[in-house]
Amino acid sequence: MRRRAALWFWVFVGPFAFGLALFTYVPLLWSVALGFFDAHNTVTPTHFVGLDNYTAMLRDRAFVDSLKTFVVFTAFIVPVTYVFSLSLALMVNRLRAARAFFRSVFFLPAACSYVVAALIWKMSLFNGVRFGLANTVLGWFGGEPVAWLATTDPPWYWLVIVTVRLWLQAGFYMILFLAGLQRIDPALYEAAAVDGARPGWTVLRHITLPQLRATSAAVVLLLGVGAFQAFDEFYNLLSDARGYPPYARPPLVYLYYTALGQGQNLGLGSAGAVILALVIAVVTVGQARWLRLGRTDGDG
Amino acid sequence: MTISRRDLLAAGAGAGVLTACGSNTGRGGGGPGPQLTQWYHQYGEPGTERAVRRYAAGFGRARVSVQWRPGNYDQQTAAALLTDSGPDVFEVNGPTLDQIRGGQVLDLTDLVREVKDDFNPAVLAPKTHEGRVYGIPQVIDMQMLYYRKSLLEDAGVEPPATLDALVDAAHRLTTGKVKGLFLGNDGGAGVLGGTPLYAAGFRFVGDDGEVGFDDPAAARTLGKLHRLYADKSLLLGAPSDWSDPSAFVQGLTAMQWTGLWALPRIREELGDDFGVLPFPRDGSHGRPSVPIGAYGAAVSARSRHEEPAKEYVKWLWVERTDHQEDFALSYGFHIPARISLAEKATALKHGPAADAVRFTTDHGYAQPLLWTPASQTAYQDALSRIIRDGAGPEPELRAVVRKVSAELDRVKKTS
Repeated sequence: MRRRAALWFWVFVGPFAFGLALFTYVPLLWSVALGFFDAHNTVTPTHFVGLDNYTAMLRDRAFVDSLKTFVVFTAFIVPVTYVFSLSLALMVNRLRAARAFFRSVFFLPAACSYVVAALIWKMSLFNGVRFGLANTVLGWFGGEPVAWLATTDPPWYWLVIVTVRLWLQAGFYMILFLAGLQRIDPALYEAAAVDGARPGWTVLRHITLPQLRATSAAVVLLLGVGAFQAFDEFYNLLSDARGYPPYARPPLVYLYYTALGQGQNLGLGSAGAVILALVIAVVTVGQARWLRLGRTDGDG
Repeated sequence: MTISRRDLLAAGAGAGVLTACGSNTGRGGGGPGPQLTQWYHQYGEPGTERAVRRYAAGFGRARVSVQWRPGNYDQQTAAALLTDSGPDVFEVNGPTLDQIRGGQVLDLTDLVREVKDDFNPAVLAPKTHEGRVYGIPQVIDMQMLYYRKSLLEDAGVEPPATLDALVDAAHRLTTGKVKGLFLGNDGGAGVLGGTPLYAAGFRFVGDDGEVGFDDPAAARTLGKLHRLYADKSLLLGAPSDWSDPSAFVQGLTAMQWTGLWALPRIREELGDDFGVLPFPRDGSHGRPSVPIGAYGAAVSARSRHEEPAKEYVKWLWVERTDHQEDFALSYGFHIPARISLAEKATALKHGPAADAVRFTTDHGYAQPLLWTPASQTAYQDALSRIIRDGAGPEPELRAVVRKVSAELDRVKKTS
């Protein structure tokens, strides 16, 4: 009987385990190995170079800049999305009528493709000529048209990059917060009211936020991971036929050009990918520790 | 992320195998000979795709299936060349030095032996490594500066003959509604590339195989490009980029840098109200310059039918001059890569088109083979910082020279 169970276990799990090994672990290890070779235009290199690719990557100003870009982007997008989606959730949660309607409306952008949204942002909302939407609005107040994506001083391109992601993901995190809010026991609010806590900031600070701790931890973690993986909107907003500008170039975009563009330096690209993976691992573990992930809202 | 990219690559390869099987077992249209796959990037002009399929169908000694590939063509071919399911014959904006040295493309020297002198040497040279030819130039593309005659006359501006005059003209042509000059939405770093350097009398790589612009004068020239940006003379953030003449014909800019391919549309919309110029010279050793390039036909070293594939390439891009002429001039607007064909082409004999041919012959430069993508990235990043951030041209260029020297050493060492 036990043997039969084991057989069925492998029948069901085997294909997936095999697929996982073949398409995830083998390429992963292969990529780590490539990082130690001079692999120009080949995935079966023969010229071992030791740690040369790693030192080259860490000395590469463009790669180090790309890590800084990522830090700046995260510093913007994580708190902004957090505050914005929490505010949406609080507002929708208080609605008496049409709650489902607003929930859907705010969630809808999450179903939109990053590529499509990036192109709309680039070509109609924030294009640099006077008939772009943002510049039309500026024009009403007598402002000069701004080349949003091409201006580096002040760095207006951040406004475009952050708003497109905010619009796309705020609704999704609003849903997570709504779920968290609905699990808070109404008795707590009643008890607070009896004790004289005024609705508004006091209640938010001392009841709602502590009760949302686990949800918040998950949201911040997901936002951080999402920011690390940023590629689509950067690539579609800023790349052109001739490459990518040297600013707002996150690590994945830079590695894409190094390893998969005409450069085809797969060794250097793999080394960069390993460095990036290590950074992500360290940050995520640190973040999980700091946010005490795994506790439930009730423990807060 | 590495993981998912690998997945993608594997899935793509898998799909390639499947489609390859599919076409091998296909019963319809079975001609004689082996099955070859040929890849083209997507040309914008209508009719090109039908034309290349028609040429392929006319080849008697193998069945050629043409794949028309939209999207990032360079990345697609680079990835496909790592697998067995890539194309047999493909056009390539290269091949790159690392593709040649990695043994990914076949030596085609014997195919062009008899007609070698008929190819424009400027575009054949970047496809030649150590005397061997690895790509057969298909057509020549070039870029130049288009200007609106009426706008220049209204502003009392002469067509600029020097870089300083260009900076000045762009400034004087800029009004509330019209910008002076459009060099692409990135301010020019991408499309100009080495053109200002060549216009100042420098080169990417000198004859001695060393960096060809290690000179303070080169930095001064690039520094002047920042003036265009700082003066707010440049059109930035236009809905379509430099390769499309829309900004120019819609009157968003008085001058635009774009390709010869845009000429038919500009002529259609503006009639005679435009002229063309090469990039103006700078400094005492300077001379005007225009960048030229050519897609080349190459044969993959992983092809299972090397000989038929070579035969096909020779048939199409060496023997069938009628197809080459049709391809260059009937759909888009390119200069035939064969000198004999370019001389015959009536469409290139008058007006701005004739100017373009003259610029190509007198001032054309092509990116040398030794100028690798890594060098290009370093240079383009620096140029972008010089133009837009006003970064000091000398330190930026010094860093580029270091990087490019290292790249040149790398490619010289193992070749």
